[in-house]
Amino acid sequence: MTGTNPSHGPMAPPRPPVRTARPSVMQRAAAERTRTTIGRRRAINVVMVGITFAAALVATLPLIFILGHLVKAGASSINWDFFTQIPKPPGEAGGGMANAMVGTLVLILAASAFGLPIGIGAGLYLAENRGTHLANAVRFLSDVLNGLPSIVMGIFAWQFLVKPMGKFTALAGGIALGAMMIPLVTRTTEEMIRIVPVSLREAALALGYSRWRTSLIVVLRTALPGIVTGALVAVSRIAGETAPLLFTVLGNQFWSASLREPIAALPLQIFNFAISPYDQQHALAWAGALVLIGIVLIISLAARFATRSRFGRGGD
Amino acid sequence: MATEPPRAPRPTAAVAPPAAAGAERIRLEARALCAFFGSAEAVRDVSITFRDREVTAIIGPSGCGKSTLLRCLNRMHETVPTARVAGSVSLDGQDIYARGINAIEVRRHVGMVFQRPTPFPTMSIRDNVAAGLQILGRDKPSRAETDHIVEDALKRTALWDEVSTRLKDSAVGLSGGQQQRLCIARALATRPAVLLLDEPTASLDPISTQKVEELVYELRRDMTVVIVTHNMQQAARVSDRTAFMLTGELVEFTATNTLFTTPSDSRTEAYITGRFG
Repeated sequence: MTGTNPSHGPMAPPRPPVRTARPSVMQRAAAERTRTTIGRRRAINVVMVGITFAAALVATLPLIFILGHLVKAGASSINWDFFTQIPKPPGEAGGGMANAMVGTLVLILAASAFGLPIGIGAGLYLAENRGTHLANAVRFLSDVLNGLPSIVMGIFAWQFLVKPMGKFTALAGGIALGAMMIPLVTRTTEEMIRIVPVSLREAALALGYSRWRTSLIVVLRTALPGIVTGALVAVSRIAGETAPLLFTVLGNQFWSASLREPIAALPLQIFNFAISPYDQQHALAWAGALVLIGIVLIISLAARFATRSRFGRGGD
Repeated sequence: MATEPPRAPRPTAAVAPPAAAGAERIRLEARALCAFFGSAEAVRDVSITFRDREVTAIIGPSGCGKSTLLRCLNRMHETVPTARVAGSVSLDGQDIYARGINAIEVRRHVGMVFQRPTPFPTMSIRDNVAAGLQILGRDKPSRAETDHIVEDALKRTALWDEVSTRLKDSAVGLSGGQQQRLCIARALATRPAVLLLDEPTASLDPISTQKVEELVYELRRDMTVVIVTHNMQQAARVSDRTAFMLTGELVEFTATNTLFTTPSDSRTEAYITGRFG
Protein backbone atom coordinates (compact mmCIF):
# COMPACT_ATOMS: atom_id res chain seq x y z
CA MET A 1 0.00 0.00 0.00
CA THR A 2 1.37 3.43 -0.87
CA GLY A 3 1.20 6.28 1.54
CA THR A 4 -1.62 8.09 -0.23
CA ASN A 5 -5.00 8.44 1.32
CA PRO A 6 -7.16 5.69 -0.27
CA SER A 7 -10.00 8.08 -0.89
CA HIS A 8 -7.67 10.29 -2.96
CA GLY A 9 -5.91 7.62 -4.96
CA PRO A 10 -3.51 8.43 -7.76
CA MET A 11 -6.39 8.44 -10.25
CA ALA A 12 -8.58 10.89 -8.30
CA PRO A 13 -9.61 13.87 -10.48
CA PRO A 14 -7.91 17.18 -9.69
CA ARG A 15 -9.93 19.22 -7.29
CA PRO A 16 -11.49 22.34 -8.81
CA PRO A 17 -9.62 25.48 -7.76
CA VAL A 18 -11.19 27.10 -4.75
CA ARG A 19 -12.47 30.54 -5.64
CA THR A 20 -11.07 32.95 -3.14
CA ALA A 21 -12.30 36.49 -2.89
CA ARG A 22 -9.27 37.97 -4.59
CA PRO A 23 -6.79 35.97 -6.74
CA SER A 24 -3.24 36.10 -5.55
CA VAL A 25 -0.45 37.57 -7.65
CA MET A 26 0.74 34.06 -8.48
CA GLN A 27 -2.71 33.01 -9.62
CA ARG A 28 -3.08 36.03 -11.84
CA ALA A 29 0.31 35.38 -13.42
CA ALA A 30 -0.66 31.77 -14.10
CA ALA A 31 -3.93 32.83 -15.67
CA GLU A 32 -2.08 35.30 -17.85
CA ARG A 33 0.33 32.55 -19.03
CA THR A 34 -2.58 30.27 -19.84
CA ARG A 35 -4.26 33.03 -21.83
CA THR A 36 -1.19 33.69 -23.95
CA THR A 37 -0.59 29.96 -24.51
CA ILE A 38 -4.15 29.46 -25.64
CA GLY A 39 -3.91 32.54 -27.82
CA ARG A 40 -0.80 31.21 -29.53
CA ARG A 41 -2.37 27.80 -30.05
CA ARG A 42 -5.43 29.40 -31.58
CA ALA A 43 -3.29 31.46 -33.95
CA ILE A 44 -1.29 28.40 -35.06
CA ASN A 45 -4.53 26.52 -35.57
CA VAL A 46 -5.94 29.24 -37.82
CA VAL A 47 -2.74 29.36 -39.89
CA MET A 48 -2.60 25.59 -40.30
CA VAL A 49 -6.24 25.31 -41.31
CA GLY A 50 -5.64 28.13 -43.78
CA ILE A 51 -2.64 26.38 -45.34
CA THR A 52 -4.40 23.04 -45.75
CA PHE A 53 -7.47 24.80 -47.16
CA ALA A 54 -5.28 26.59 -49.71
CA ALA A 55 -3.64 23.28 -50.64
CA ALA A 56 -7.04 21.67 -51.08
CA LEU A 57 -8.11 24.56 -53.30
CA VAL A 58 -4.96 24.41 -55.44
CA ALA A 59 -5.39 20.65 -55.81
CA THR A 60 -8.72 21.15 -57.56
CA LEU A 61 -7.66 24.18 -59.61
CA PRO A 62 -6.11 22.25 -62.54
CA LEU A 63 -9.36 20.36 -63.09
CA ILE A 64 -11.37 23.57 -62.93
CA PHE A 65 -9.05 25.35 -65.40
CA ILE A 66 -9.01 22.38 -67.77
CA LEU A 67 -12.78 22.00 -67.68
CA GLY A 68 -13.26 25.73 -68.13
CA HIS A 69 -10.96 25.89 -71.11
CA LEU A 70 -12.44 22.75 -72.69
CA VAL A 71 -15.94 24.16 -72.40
CA LYS A 72 -14.81 27.46 -73.91
CA ALA A 73 -12.92 25.89 -76.79
CA GLY A 74 -14.97 22.79 -77.43
CA ALA A 75 -18.57 23.38 -76.39
CA SER A 76 -19.37 25.30 -79.59
CA SER A 77 -18.47 22.23 -81.68
CA ILE A 78 -20.66 19.87 -79.71
CA ASN A 79 -23.91 19.37 -81.53
CA TRP A 80 -26.06 16.53 -82.84
CA ASP A 81 -23.68 15.90 -85.73
CA PHE A 82 -20.77 15.52 -83.38
CA PHE A 83 -22.42 12.47 -81.82
CA THR A 84 -23.83 10.99 -85.04
CA GLN A 85 -21.39 11.77 -87.88
CA ILE A 86 -18.00 10.44 -88.78
CA PRO A 87 -15.17 12.91 -89.50
CA LYS A 88 -15.38 14.87 -92.75
CA PRO A 89 -12.34 15.10 -95.05
CA PRO A 90 -9.88 17.85 -94.01
CA GLY A 91 -11.06 21.34 -94.87
CA GLU A 92 -14.76 20.47 -95.00
CA ALA A 93 -17.03 21.89 -92.35
CA GLY A 94 -19.09 19.71 -90.02
CA GLY A 95 -18.58 16.09 -89.20
CA GLY A 96 -18.27 14.42 -85.82
CA MET A 97 -16.61 11.74 -83.79
CA ALA A 98 -19.37 9.16 -83.56
CA ASN A 99 -17.14 6.38 -84.87
CA ALA A 100 -14.45 7.27 -82.34
CA MET A 101 -16.93 7.11 -79.48
CA VAL A 102 -18.18 3.72 -80.64
CA GLY A 103 -14.56 2.66 -81.03
CA THR A 104 -13.66 3.72 -77.50
CA LEU A 105 -16.68 1.81 -76.22
CA VAL A 106 -15.64 -1.33 -78.12
CA LEU A 107 -12.08 -0.99 -76.82
CA ILE A 108 -13.29 -0.58 -73.22
CA LEU A 109 -15.47 -3.67 -73.53
CA ALA A 110 -12.65 -5.71 -75.06
CA ALA A 111 -10.18 -4.51 -72.43
CA SER A 112 -12.62 -5.31 -69.62
CA ALA A 113 -13.40 -8.74 -71.03
CA PHE A 114 -9.68 -9.49 -71.01
CA GLY A 115 -8.49 -7.60 -67.92
CA LEU A 116 -11.29 -7.96 -65.36
CA PRO A 117 -11.47 -11.78 -65.05
CA ILE A 118 -7.69 -12.05 -64.85
CA GLY A 119 -7.35 -9.12 -62.45
CA ILE A 120 -10.15 -10.25 -60.12
CA GLY A 121 -8.93 -13.85 -60.20
CA ALA A 122 -5.37 -12.80 -59.42
CA GLY A 123 -6.59 -10.52 -56.60
CA LEU A 124 -8.61 -13.37 -55.11
CA TYR A 125 -5.56 -15.61 -55.29
CA LEU A 126 -3.35 -13.00 -53.60
CA ALA A 127 -5.86 -12.42 -50.82
CA GLU A 128 -6.42 -16.12 -50.15
CA ASN A 129 -2.77 -17.13 -50.31
CA ARG A 130 -1.11 -14.33 -48.42
CA GLY A 131 2.49 -14.78 -47.47
CA THR A 132 3.34 -17.53 -49.93
CA HIS A 133 6.39 -16.92 -52.13
CA LEU A 134 4.31 -17.03 -55.29
CA ALA A 135 1.83 -14.49 -53.93
CA ASN A 136 4.61 -12.13 -52.89
CA ALA A 137 6.23 -12.45 -56.31
CA VAL A 138 2.93 -11.85 -58.12
CA ARG A 139 2.18 -8.83 -55.94
CA PHE A 140 5.58 -7.33 -56.65
CA LEU A 141 5.40 -7.94 -60.39
CA SER A 142 1.89 -6.55 -60.42
CA ASP A 143 3.18 -3.32 -58.87
CA VAL A 144 5.94 -3.16 -61.47
CA LEU A 145 3.41 -3.71 -64.24
CA ASN A 146 1.30 -0.92 -62.76
CA GLY A 147 4.18 1.48 -63.18
CA LEU A 148 4.98 0.35 -66.71
CA PRO A 149 4.80 3.30 -69.14
CA SER A 150 1.82 2.84 -71.42
CA ILE A 151 3.93 3.41 -74.53
CA VAL A 152 5.92 0.30 -73.59
CA MET A 153 2.69 -1.64 -73.37
CA GLY A 154 1.82 -0.40 -76.86
CA ILE A 155 5.14 -1.49 -78.33
CA PHE A 156 4.80 -4.84 -76.60
CA ALA A 157 1.33 -5.38 -78.06
CA TRP A 158 2.61 -4.36 -81.49
CA GLN A 159 5.46 -6.88 -81.30
CA PHE A 160 3.42 -9.81 -80.09
CA LEU A 161 -0.03 -9.16 -81.54
CA VAL A 162 0.07 -6.77 -84.48
CA LYS A 163 3.16 -8.17 -86.14
CA PRO A 164 2.13 -11.86 -86.04
CA MET A 165 -1.42 -10.98 -87.21
CA GLY A 166 -0.04 -8.81 -89.97
CA LYS A 167 -2.44 -5.90 -89.37
CA PHE A 168 -3.59 -3.33 -86.86
CA THR A 169 -6.70 -4.53 -85.03
CA ALA A 170 -9.06 -3.37 -82.31
CA LEU A 171 -8.38 -6.67 -80.58
CA ALA A 172 -4.69 -5.85 -80.12
CA GLY A 173 -5.64 -2.47 -78.63
CA GLY A 174 -8.19 -4.07 -76.33
CA ILE A 175 -5.62 -6.54 -75.05
CA ALA A 176 -3.02 -3.82 -74.52
CA LEU A 177 -5.53 -1.74 -72.54
CA GLY A 178 -6.74 -4.83 -70.67
CA ALA A 179 -3.19 -5.66 -69.67
CA MET A 180 -2.93 -2.15 -68.23
CA MET A 181 -6.08 -2.75 -66.19
CA ILE A 182 -4.88 -6.04 -64.70
CA PRO A 183 -2.49 -4.73 -62.01
CA LEU A 184 -4.95 -2.06 -60.88
CA VAL A 185 -7.84 -4.50 -60.64
CA THR A 186 -5.63 -7.11 -58.97
CA ARG A 187 -4.55 -4.79 -56.20
CA THR A 188 -7.95 -3.27 -55.51
CA THR A 189 -9.54 -6.73 -55.48
CA GLU A 190 -6.93 -7.98 -53.04
CA GLU A 191 -7.40 -4.96 -50.78
CA MET A 192 -11.19 -5.22 -50.85
CA ILE A 193 -11.12 -8.93 -50.04
CA ARG A 194 -8.62 -8.37 -47.27
CA ILE A 195 -10.94 -5.98 -45.45
CA VAL A 196 -13.68 -8.63 -45.35
CA PRO A 197 -13.44 -9.76 -41.71
CA VAL A 198 -11.95 -13.20 -41.07
CA SER A 199 -14.92 -13.87 -38.80
CA LEU A 200 -17.23 -13.81 -41.81
CA ARG A 201 -15.09 -16.37 -43.60
CA GLU A 202 -15.06 -18.53 -40.47
CA ALA A 203 -18.82 -18.25 -40.11
CA ALA A 204 -19.27 -19.61 -43.63
CA LEU A 205 -16.77 -22.41 -43.07
CA ALA A 206 -18.49 -23.33 -39.81
CA LEU A 207 -21.79 -23.66 -41.69
CA GLY A 208 -20.20 -26.33 -43.85
CA TYR A 209 -19.28 -24.12 -46.81
CA SER A 210 -16.38 -25.42 -48.84
CA ARG A 211 -13.38 -23.17 -49.31
CA TRP A 212 -14.17 -22.13 -52.87
CA ARG A 213 -17.82 -21.51 -51.99
CA THR A 214 -16.78 -19.39 -49.01
CA SER A 215 -14.47 -17.35 -51.23
CA LEU A 216 -16.92 -16.94 -54.06
CA ILE A 217 -20.30 -16.59 -52.36
CA VAL A 218 -19.48 -14.95 -49.05
CA VAL A 219 -16.13 -13.19 -49.36
CA LEU A 220 -16.23 -12.05 -52.98
CA ARG A 221 -19.87 -10.99 -52.72
CA THR A 222 -19.17 -8.97 -49.60
CA ALA A 223 -16.24 -7.29 -51.31
CA LEU A 224 -18.12 -6.79 -54.57
CA PRO A 225 -19.02 -3.09 -54.27
CA GLY A 226 -15.36 -2.25 -53.69
CA ILE A 227 -14.24 -4.48 -56.55
CA VAL A 228 -16.75 -2.87 -58.91
CA THR A 229 -15.42 0.53 -57.88
CA GLY A 230 -11.87 -0.62 -58.56
CA ALA A 231 -12.88 -1.97 -61.95
CA LEU A 232 -14.58 1.30 -62.90
CA VAL A 233 -11.57 3.31 -61.77
CA ALA A 234 -9.41 1.08 -63.95
CA VAL A 235 -11.78 1.58 -66.90
CA SER A 236 -11.77 5.34 -66.50
CA ARG A 237 -8.00 5.26 -66.43
CA ILE A 238 -7.60 3.32 -69.66
CA ALA A 239 -10.44 5.14 -71.44
CA GLY A 240 -8.17 8.08 -72.15
CA GLU A 241 -4.97 6.16 -72.91
CA THR A 242 -3.49 7.06 -76.27
CA ALA A 243 -0.01 5.56 -76.36
CA PRO A 244 -1.01 1.87 -76.34
CA LEU A 245 -3.43 2.57 -79.18
CA LEU A 246 -0.90 4.22 -81.51
CA PHE A 247 0.75 0.92 -82.36
CA THR A 248 -2.26 -1.34 -82.11
CA VAL A 249 -5.57 0.01 -83.40
CA LEU A 250 -4.11 2.70 -85.68
CA GLY A 251 -7.33 4.66 -85.87
CA ASN A 252 -10.03 4.68 -88.51
CA GLN A 253 -11.82 7.47 -90.36
CA PHE A 254 -14.84 5.28 -91.03
CA TRP A 255 -17.40 3.24 -89.14
CA SER A 256 -16.05 0.03 -87.67
CA ALA A 257 -16.92 -1.93 -84.58
CA SER A 258 -15.07 -5.07 -85.62
CA LEU A 259 -12.36 -6.45 -83.38
CA ARG A 260 -10.44 -7.68 -86.44
CA GLU A 261 -10.11 -4.27 -88.10
CA PRO A 262 -8.37 -1.02 -87.21
CA ILE A 263 -10.77 1.03 -85.12
CA ALA A 264 -11.20 4.69 -84.24
CA ALA A 265 -10.85 5.84 -80.63
CA LEU A 266 -11.52 9.18 -78.98
CA PRO A 267 -7.99 9.79 -77.65
CA LEU A 268 -6.47 8.90 -81.01
CA GLN A 269 -8.93 11.08 -82.89
CA ILE A 270 -8.19 13.98 -80.55
CA PHE A 271 -4.47 13.47 -81.11
CA ASN A 272 -4.81 13.34 -84.90
CA PHE A 273 -7.06 16.40 -85.08
CA ALA A 274 -4.93 18.36 -82.63
CA ILE A 275 -1.80 18.00 -84.78
CA SER A 276 -3.64 18.74 -88.03
CA PRO A 277 -3.25 22.19 -89.61
CA TYR A 278 -7.00 22.94 -89.78
CA ASP A 279 -8.71 25.18 -87.20
CA GLN A 280 -11.94 23.34 -87.75
CA GLN A 281 -10.35 20.04 -86.70
CA HIS A 282 -8.75 21.75 -83.71
CA ALA A 283 -12.20 22.75 -82.54
CA LEU A 284 -13.40 19.18 -82.96
CA ALA A 285 -10.39 17.96 -80.95
CA TRP A 286 -11.36 20.26 -78.07
CA ALA A 287 -14.91 19.00 -78.24
CA GLY A 288 -13.65 15.41 -78.26
CA ALA A 289 -11.55 16.13 -75.19
CA LEU A 290 -14.59 17.54 -73.43
CA VAL A 291 -16.65 14.46 -74.28
CA LEU A 292 -13.82 12.18 -73.13
CA ILE A 293 -13.68 13.94 -69.78
CA GLY A 294 -17.46 13.69 -69.59
CA ILE A 295 -17.26 9.92 -70.14
CA VAL A 296 -14.61 9.55 -67.42
CA LEU A 297 -16.73 11.68 -65.09
CA ILE A 298 -19.78 9.49 -65.70
CA ILE A 299 -17.75 6.35 -65.00
CA SER A 300 -16.44 7.90 -61.77
CA LEU A 301 -19.97 8.74 -60.69
CA ALA A 302 -21.01 5.18 -61.48
CA ALA A 303 -18.13 3.98 -59.33
CA ARG A 304 -19.37 6.04 -56.39
CA PHE A 305 -22.89 4.76 -56.91
CA ALA A 306 -21.67 1.17 -57.00
CA THR A 307 -20.05 1.54 -53.58
CA ARG A 308 -23.47 1.84 -52.03
CA SER A 309 -24.67 -1.55 -50.93
CA ARG A 310 -27.79 -3.28 -52.17
CA PHE A 311 -29.67 -2.39 -49.02
CA GLY A 312 -28.95 1.32 -49.26
CA ARG A 313 -26.64 1.31 -46.25
CA GLY A 314 -23.08 2.53 -46.31
CA GLY A 315 -20.71 -0.27 -47.15
CA ASP A 316 -18.80 -0.81 -43.93
CA MET B 1 -16.99 -23.58 2.71
CA ALA B 2 -17.03 -19.85 3.15
CA THR B 3 -16.95 -18.84 -0.50
CA GLU B 4 -20.43 -19.40 -1.79
CA PRO B 5 -20.21 -19.76 -5.60
CA PRO B 6 -22.09 -17.32 -7.80
CA ARG B 7 -25.07 -19.45 -8.67
CA ALA B 8 -27.79 -17.12 -9.84
CA PRO B 9 -31.34 -18.44 -10.22
CA ARG B 10 -32.02 -20.28 -13.45
CA PRO B 11 -33.59 -18.27 -16.24
CA THR B 12 -37.32 -18.66 -16.30
CA ALA B 13 -37.58 -21.45 -18.80
CA ALA B 14 -41.05 -22.72 -19.53
CA VAL B 15 -40.11 -26.34 -19.03
CA ALA B 16 -36.91 -27.29 -17.28
CA PRO B 17 -35.35 -30.02 -19.40
CA PRO B 18 -34.14 -33.15 -17.68
CA ALA B 19 -30.54 -32.82 -16.63
CA ALA B 20 -29.89 -35.94 -14.63
CA ALA B 21 -26.15 -36.43 -14.73
CA GLY B 22 -25.05 -39.56 -16.51
CA ALA B 23 -28.49 -40.28 -17.89
CA GLU B 24 -27.71 -39.30 -21.46
CA ARG B 25 -25.48 -41.05 -23.89
CA ILE B 26 -22.16 -39.65 -25.02
CA ARG B 27 -22.44 -37.71 -28.25
CA LEU B 28 -19.03 -36.16 -28.69
CA GLU B 29 -15.80 -37.37 -27.22
CA ALA B 30 -12.23 -36.09 -27.40
CA ARG B 31 -9.43 -38.50 -26.54
CA ALA B 32 -5.87 -37.40 -25.79
CA LEU B 33 -6.49 -34.30 -27.92
CA CYS B 34 -3.56 -31.98 -28.55
CA ALA B 35 -3.79 -28.86 -30.71
CA PHE B 36 -0.87 -26.84 -32.02
CA PHE B 37 -0.24 -23.49 -33.64
CA GLY B 38 3.07 -24.11 -35.33
CA SER B 39 5.16 -25.53 -32.52
CA ALA B 40 3.12 -23.95 -29.72
CA GLU B 41 0.81 -26.40 -27.99
CA ALA B 42 -2.51 -24.69 -27.23
CA VAL B 43 -4.38 -27.78 -26.04
CA ARG B 44 -2.47 -30.51 -24.23
CA ASP B 45 -3.71 -34.07 -23.91
CA VAL B 46 -7.36 -33.29 -23.23
CA SER B 47 -9.88 -36.10 -22.90
CA ILE B 48 -13.46 -35.02 -22.41
CA THR B 49 -16.97 -36.23 -23.20
CA PHE B 50 -20.03 -34.24 -24.17
CA ARG B 51 -23.39 -35.87 -23.55
CA ASP B 52 -26.57 -35.59 -25.53
CA ARG B 53 -29.16 -33.10 -24.25
CA GLU B 54 -26.69 -31.45 -21.94
CA VAL B 55 -24.97 -28.09 -21.86
CA THR B 56 -21.27 -28.31 -21.13
CA ALA B 57 -19.44 -25.13 -20.23
CA ILE B 58 -15.71 -24.67 -20.68
CA ILE B 59 -14.22 -22.01 -18.44
CA GLY B 60 -10.72 -20.79 -17.78
CA PRO B 61 -8.55 -17.69 -18.01
CA SER B 62 -7.66 -16.06 -21.36
CA GLY B 63 -5.26 -18.11 -23.44
CA CYS B 64 -5.99 -21.37 -21.61
CA GLY B 65 -6.96 -23.10 -24.87
CA LYS B 66 -10.70 -23.30 -24.33
CA SER B 67 -11.59 -21.73 -27.68
CA THR B 68 -8.99 -23.86 -29.44
CA LEU B 69 -10.45 -27.00 -27.87
CA LEU B 70 -13.88 -25.93 -29.09
CA ARG B 71 -12.56 -25.31 -32.60
CA CYS B 72 -11.08 -28.81 -32.67
CA LEU B 73 -14.55 -30.26 -32.17
CA ASN B 74 -15.78 -29.19 -35.62
CA ARG B 75 -12.42 -29.13 -37.35
CA MET B 76 -12.33 -25.32 -37.52
CA HIS B 77 -8.90 -25.36 -35.89
CA GLU B 78 -7.31 -26.65 -39.07
CA THR B 79 -8.51 -23.64 -41.10
CA VAL B 80 -5.75 -21.58 -39.47
CA PRO B 81 -2.41 -21.86 -41.27
CA THR B 82 0.21 -23.92 -39.37
CA ALA B 83 -2.49 -25.33 -37.07
CA ARG B 84 -2.47 -29.06 -36.43
CA VAL B 85 -4.28 -31.58 -34.24
CA ALA B 86 -3.21 -34.84 -32.58
CA GLY B 87 -5.44 -37.34 -30.80
CA SER B 88 -9.01 -38.05 -31.78
CA VAL B 89 -12.50 -36.58 -31.62
CA SER B 90 -15.46 -38.84 -32.22
CA LEU B 91 -19.01 -37.85 -33.01
CA ASP B 92 -21.45 -40.68 -32.27
CA GLY B 93 -18.52 -43.09 -32.25
CA GLN B 94 -17.09 -41.93 -35.59
CA ASP B 95 -13.66 -40.32 -35.50
CA ILE B 96 -14.06 -36.97 -37.28
CA TYR B 97 -10.33 -36.80 -37.96
CA ALA B 98 -10.26 -40.24 -39.59
CA ARG B 99 -9.05 -40.62 -43.14
CA GLY B 100 -11.87 -40.10 -45.64
CA ILE B 101 -13.97 -37.94 -43.32
CA ASN B 102 -14.69 -34.56 -44.89
CA ALA B 103 -14.35 -31.52 -42.62
CA ILE B 104 -17.27 -29.88 -44.44
CA GLU B 105 -19.52 -32.82 -43.59
CA VAL B 106 -18.43 -32.62 -39.94
CA ARG B 107 -19.27 -28.91 -39.72
CA ARG B 108 -22.77 -29.53 -41.04
CA HIS B 109 -23.43 -31.71 -38.03
CA VAL B 110 -21.50 -29.66 -35.51
CA GLY B 111 -22.66 -26.04 -35.75
CA MET B 112 -20.77 -23.09 -34.35
CA VAL B 113 -21.49 -19.54 -33.19
CA PHE B 114 -18.72 -17.05 -32.58
CA GLN B 115 -17.90 -14.32 -30.13
CA ARG B 116 -18.95 -11.51 -32.44
CA PRO B 117 -22.15 -11.72 -34.47
CA THR B 118 -21.31 -12.64 -38.06
CA PRO B 119 -24.37 -12.09 -40.25
CA PHE B 120 -23.53 -12.15 -43.96
CA PRO B 121 -23.88 -8.47 -44.92
CA THR B 122 -24.91 -9.13 -48.51
CA MET B 123 -27.82 -11.36 -47.53
CA SER B 124 -31.27 -10.59 -46.17
CA ILE B 125 -32.39 -11.85 -42.77
CA ARG B 126 -34.16 -14.78 -44.38
CA ASP B 127 -31.24 -15.68 -46.62
CA ASN B 128 -28.87 -15.52 -43.66
CA VAL B 129 -30.87 -18.12 -41.77
CA ALA B 130 -31.19 -20.23 -44.91
CA ALA B 131 -27.50 -19.87 -45.80
CA GLY B 132 -26.58 -23.28 -44.45
CA LEU B 133 -29.40 -24.93 -46.40
CA GLN B 134 -28.38 -23.50 -49.76
CA ILE B 135 -25.30 -25.69 -49.95
CA LEU B 136 -26.93 -29.05 -49.38
CA GLY B 137 -26.90 -29.90 -53.08
CA ARG B 138 -29.46 -32.60 -53.79
CA ASP B 139 -30.87 -32.42 -50.26
CA LYS B 140 -31.55 -28.71 -50.57
CA PRO B 141 -35.10 -28.03 -49.38
CA SER B 142 -37.65 -26.39 -51.64
CA ARG B 143 -38.51 -22.71 -51.30
CA ALA B 144 -41.57 -23.39 -49.21
CA GLU B 145 -39.71 -25.85 -47.00
CA THR B 146 -36.90 -23.33 -46.60
CA ASP B 147 -39.39 -20.65 -45.54
CA HIS B 148 -40.79 -23.07 -43.00
CA ILE B 149 -37.34 -23.96 -41.62
CA VAL B 150 -36.39 -20.27 -41.44
CA GLU B 151 -39.55 -19.44 -39.52
CA ASP B 152 -38.97 -22.37 -37.19
CA ALA B 153 -35.35 -21.40 -36.51
CA LEU B 154 -36.28 -17.77 -35.90
CA LYS B 155 -39.05 -18.83 -33.51
CA ARG B 156 -36.67 -21.04 -31.57
CA THR B 157 -34.33 -18.08 -31.11
CA ALA B 158 -37.25 -15.85 -30.12
CA LEU B 159 -36.47 -13.58 -33.05
CA TRP B 160 -39.52 -14.26 -35.18
CA ASP B 161 -41.76 -11.64 -33.59
CA GLU B 162 -39.04 -9.03 -33.98
CA VAL B 163 -38.17 -9.66 -37.63
CA SER B 164 -41.12 -11.46 -39.26
CA THR B 165 -42.21 -8.28 -41.06
CA ARG B 166 -38.78 -7.51 -42.48
CA LEU B 167 -37.31 -10.83 -43.53
CA LYS B 168 -36.11 -9.29 -46.79
CA ASP B 169 -34.17 -6.50 -45.06
CA SER B 170 -30.45 -6.54 -44.52
CA ALA B 171 -29.30 -8.49 -41.48
CA VAL B 172 -26.81 -5.71 -40.75
CA GLY B 173 -29.69 -3.48 -39.67
CA LEU B 174 -30.42 -5.65 -36.61
CA SER B 175 -29.05 -4.86 -33.16
CA GLY B 176 -26.00 -6.74 -31.88
CA GLY B 177 -28.11 -9.05 -29.74
CA GLN B 178 -30.53 -9.73 -32.58
CA GLN B 179 -27.62 -10.41 -34.92
CA GLN B 180 -26.20 -12.96 -32.50
CA ARG B 181 -29.54 -14.73 -32.15
CA LEU B 182 -29.78 -14.65 -35.95
CA CYS B 183 -26.43 -16.42 -36.11
CA ILE B 184 -27.70 -19.04 -33.69
CA ALA B 185 -30.82 -19.43 -35.84
CA ARG B 186 -28.56 -19.84 -38.87
CA ALA B 187 -26.65 -22.58 -37.09
CA LEU B 188 -29.88 -24.29 -35.97
CA ALA B 189 -31.47 -24.27 -39.43
CA THR B 190 -29.30 -27.15 -40.62
CA ARG B 191 -30.34 -29.22 -37.57
CA PRO B 192 -26.89 -29.93 -36.18
CA ALA B 193 -26.43 -32.63 -33.52
CA VAL B 194 -24.02 -30.45 -31.59
CA LEU B 195 -23.87 -26.67 -31.21
CA LEU B 196 -20.60 -25.03 -30.23
CA LEU B 197 -20.80 -21.52 -28.76
CA ASP B 198 -17.57 -19.56 -28.47
CA GLU B 199 -18.23 -16.82 -25.91
CA PRO B 200 -21.54 -16.01 -27.59
CA THR B 201 -22.42 -13.14 -25.26
CA ALA B 202 -19.01 -11.50 -24.96
CA SER B 203 -20.02 -8.56 -27.16
CA LEU B 204 -23.63 -8.25 -25.97
CA ASP B 205 -25.42 -6.08 -23.43
CA PRO B 206 -26.99 -7.68 -20.32
CA ILE B 207 -30.52 -7.93 -21.75
CA SER B 208 -29.33 -9.60 -24.96
CA THR B 209 -27.06 -11.83 -22.89
CA GLN B 210 -30.01 -13.00 -20.86
CA LYS B 211 -31.99 -13.81 -24.00
CA VAL B 212 -29.12 -15.86 -25.41
CA GLU B 213 -28.69 -17.66 -22.09
CA GLU B 214 -32.37 -18.56 -21.98
CA LEU B 215 -32.05 -19.84 -25.51
CA VAL B 216 -29.01 -21.97 -24.65
CA TYR B 217 -30.91 -23.38 -21.71
CA GLU B 218 -33.78 -24.32 -24.02
CA LEU B 219 -31.58 -25.81 -26.73
CA ARG B 220 -30.45 -28.72 -24.60
CA ARG B 221 -33.86 -30.29 -25.00
CA ASP B 222 -32.81 -31.73 -28.30
CA MET B 223 -29.10 -31.28 -28.80
CA THR B 224 -25.65 -31.24 -27.31
CA VAL B 225 -24.42 -27.75 -26.48
CA VAL B 226 -20.83 -26.80 -25.66
CA ILE B 227 -20.31 -23.21 -24.53
CA VAL B 228 -17.00 -21.49 -23.94
CA THR B 229 -17.32 -18.57 -21.58
CA HIS B 230 -15.27 -16.11 -19.60
CA ASN B 231 -18.16 -15.55 -17.32
CA MET B 232 -18.39 -18.03 -14.45
CA GLN B 233 -21.87 -16.91 -13.48
CA GLN B 234 -22.96 -17.70 -17.00
CA ALA B 235 -21.43 -21.17 -16.82
CA ALA B 236 -23.20 -21.72 -13.52
CA ARG B 237 -26.52 -20.52 -14.94
CA VAL B 238 -26.71 -22.44 -18.19
CA SER B 239 -24.60 -25.59 -17.95
CA ASP B 240 -25.03 -29.09 -16.59
CA ARG B 241 -21.35 -29.84 -16.53
CA THR B 242 -18.38 -27.54 -16.44
CA ALA B 243 -14.81 -28.08 -17.54
CA PHE B 244 -12.04 -25.91 -16.13
CA MET B 245 -8.97 -25.45 -18.30
CA LEU B 246 -5.60 -23.94 -17.48
CA THR B 247 -2.58 -23.51 -19.79
CA GLY B 248 -3.93 -25.95 -22.32
CA GLU B 249 -4.80 -28.69 -19.86
CA LEU B 250 -8.13 -29.89 -18.58
CA VAL B 251 -7.87 -29.40 -14.82
CA GLU B 252 -11.28 -30.50 -13.70
CA PHE B 253 -14.47 -31.66 -15.40
CA THR B 254 -17.55 -32.48 -13.40
CA ALA B 255 -21.16 -31.50 -12.76
CA THR B 256 -21.49 -27.72 -12.69
CA ASN B 257 -22.95 -27.76 -9.21
CA THR B 258 -20.05 -29.78 -7.86
CA LEU B 259 -17.38 -27.75 -9.62
CA PHE B 260 -18.65 -24.48 -8.20
CA THR B 261 -19.33 -25.75 -4.67
CA THR B 262 -16.76 -28.44 -3.93
CA PRO B 263 -14.01 -28.37 -6.52
CA SER B 264 -11.50 -31.15 -6.05
CA ASP B 265 -8.52 -29.32 -7.53
CA SER B 266 -6.97 -26.40 -5.66
CA ARG B 267 -6.38 -24.54 -8.94
CA THR B 268 -10.08 -24.72 -9.78
CA GLU B 269 -10.93 -23.40 -6.36
CA ALA B 270 -8.44 -20.56 -6.75
CA TYR B 271 -9.95 -19.62 -10.11
CA ILE B 272 -13.62 -19.76 -9.16
CA THR B 273 -13.00 -17.79 -5.99
CA GLY B 274 -11.34 -15.08 -8.05
CA ARG B 275 -7.81 -15.48 -6.78
CA PHE B 276 -6.46 -15.31 -10.36
CA GLY B 277 -7.60 -15.14 -13.98
